[in-house]
Amino acid sequence: MRSLRAGRFTYVVLALFTAGSLFPLVWTAIAASRSNTRLAQTPPPFWFGGNLGRNLQLAWTDANMGTALLNTVIVAGTVAAGTVFFSTLAGFAFAKLRFRGSRPLLALVIGTMLIPPQLSVVPLYMLIAKLSWTDRLQAVILPTLVGAFGVFFMRQYLVHALPMELVEAARTDGASSLRVLWHVVFPAARPAMAVLGMLTFVMAWNDFFWPIVALTQNGSPTVQVALTGLGRGYIPDQSVIMAGALLGTLPLLLVFLLFGRQIVGGIMQGAVKG
Amino acid sequence: MTDETALLSPSAVGPERPAAEGGGRSRPGQAWRSRRYRWDLRWSPYAFVAPFFLFFAAFGLFPLLYTGWAALHQVELTDPDSMTWVGLRNFTRLWDDEFFWNALRNTVTIGLLSTVPQLAIALGLAHLLNYRLRGSAFFRVAVLTPYATSVAAATLVFVLLFGRDYGMVNWALSAVGFEAVDWQNGTFASQLAVSTIVIWRWTGYNALIYLAAMQAVPGELYESAALDGASRFQQFLHVTVPSLRPTIFFTCVVSTIGATQLFGEPLLFNGGAGATGGSDHQFQTLGLYLYEQGWVNLHLGRASAIAWAMFLILLLIAGAARLLRGRKDSR
Repeated sequence: MRSLRAGRFTYVVLALFTAGSLFPLVWTAIAASRSNTRLAQTPPPFWFGGNLGRNLQLAWTDANMGTALLNTVIVAGTVAAGTVFFSTLAGFAFAKLRFRGSRPLLALVIGTMLIPPQLSVVPLYMLIAKLSWTDRLQAVILPTLVGAFGVFFMRQYLVHALPMELVEAARTDGASSLRVLWHVVFPAARPAMAVLGMLTFVMAWNDFFWPIVALTQNGSPTVQVALTGLGRGYIPDQSVIMAGALLGTLPLLLVFLLFGRQIVGGIMQGAVKG
Repeated sequence: MTDETALLSPSAVGPERPAAEGGGRSRPGQAWRSRRYRWDLRWSPYAFVAPFFLFFAAFGLFPLLYTGWAALHQVELTDPDSMTWVGLRNFTRLWDDEFFWNALRNTVTIGLLSTVPQLAIALGLAHLLNYRLRGSAFFRVAVLTPYATSVAAATLVFVLLFGRDYGMVNWALSAVGFEAVDWQNGTFASQLAVSTIVIWRWTGYNALIYLAAMQAVPGELYESAALDGASRFQQFLHVTVPSLRPTIFFTCVVSTIGATQLFGEPLLFNGGAGATGGSDHQFQTLGLYLYEQGWVNLHLGRASAIAWAMFLILLLIAGAARLLRGRKDSR
């Protein structure tokens, strides 16, 4: 790796990029703290006003944000946990175990990433309608519980991170596959499991297309679906809409604040080890 | 049988060895254990990968095939159980449907408007992040933050920023002497605005992927380029970019797939006016048109036909990319 020291120019450009990345988020908070009338004036506000509490409260009751947030936590949490668990199982098998057909099966896993979700949305809807799952959380949880990305991600990690000698040593001691999984694979995979969990959580939290098809605003929506129902009045109250957007984003920003470095590392790791 | 033993990992020899060393005492319990052990070795890999394939079969493969079947029927959302065979009529109607072609055109333009600048900016950004920086962790996290925002939240903010009368973008434009732009109703303007949301959300993500690839480029390449008198920019152009070609190709594929599926941004950029993609369908994408046909007009059969059309278009793009790549590699 080369390590040229960055010049002043680099810092200026990066600062501009950072500002561009963060500005819409900061401005969401500014707009959420103002009133609708103030937002309909020029110049637009650049600093916080005093209406944040009122707007948050209105968004909370207007779109049933409490329920929506709880639903989203349940959905994203379950999907993340399921993805991490099943992906580690499959990733371990593809990385370290030899079995007939493992290569074509792995190719099949990667191939499924190319299928656009739109291609399955009609039958999937018919399926959940038949099961009377519309508006129920399992309708959005089950179809996304395992994904090709997770399997691939765990495989790439375990290929390097899990020494074969460790697995063999456990085998020689007579450990069954399940014991190997529990005592050797899971401990070795823990860092990658954490990163995959966070990445999946973010993706599941932000998912929009399938939830808006499967969950109506009046049923039990996720935050993303609930947001679309905000401010539906004749003159939509933009400041309340922004308060809702803030509510839907804040939990994830918190996750980012705490684990940003690990998430960055995970994305970069998933990118190179091809 | 021979290739099966070859497939077994070397550790498969493990359990038999201690049994042999134990003086050949093969008690029935031990025999059963070793048989169970071999059974476990052979079948547990399949058990470990099974969940993925079970879920994929139920929620991926079956729907995929069934979409093709539904596309050949008239099915209404109100009564999904009754399907009337119509053959290829959904497809022929699509062929004559000006809104379909409009949506296809929009998808291509918005796709280009969002993907090309996004990847170009990401490449430059990654190059900057690759320098020895103070606070590099902060910059990396900061440029990735938009990735943590949802389509819904991001689009709602940008609707406000791009507001015609009081939006900040127009305010800034007028401050430097430009005329205000009608970001929602202008065809090109609205497509540019929708693309901006995509660019904002995904540039940092792609930059990190490029950065990872850049860090894997061997330093000697730069050293020898520097010895040959290449400037920093020439090094970037002649060392970095060629080394990154597989990664660039990969991000192009992923972004293209993402662009064909564009849905949330154009849906919500409409300010609650439904799935038409603007008063004149000026930013209605294929994904949004599919949603409108299926869940607003209730024609699930036609929505399925649009889905398959999208898939065919993706295959065409993939084929074209393969041809292009093949030619480059043979050079």
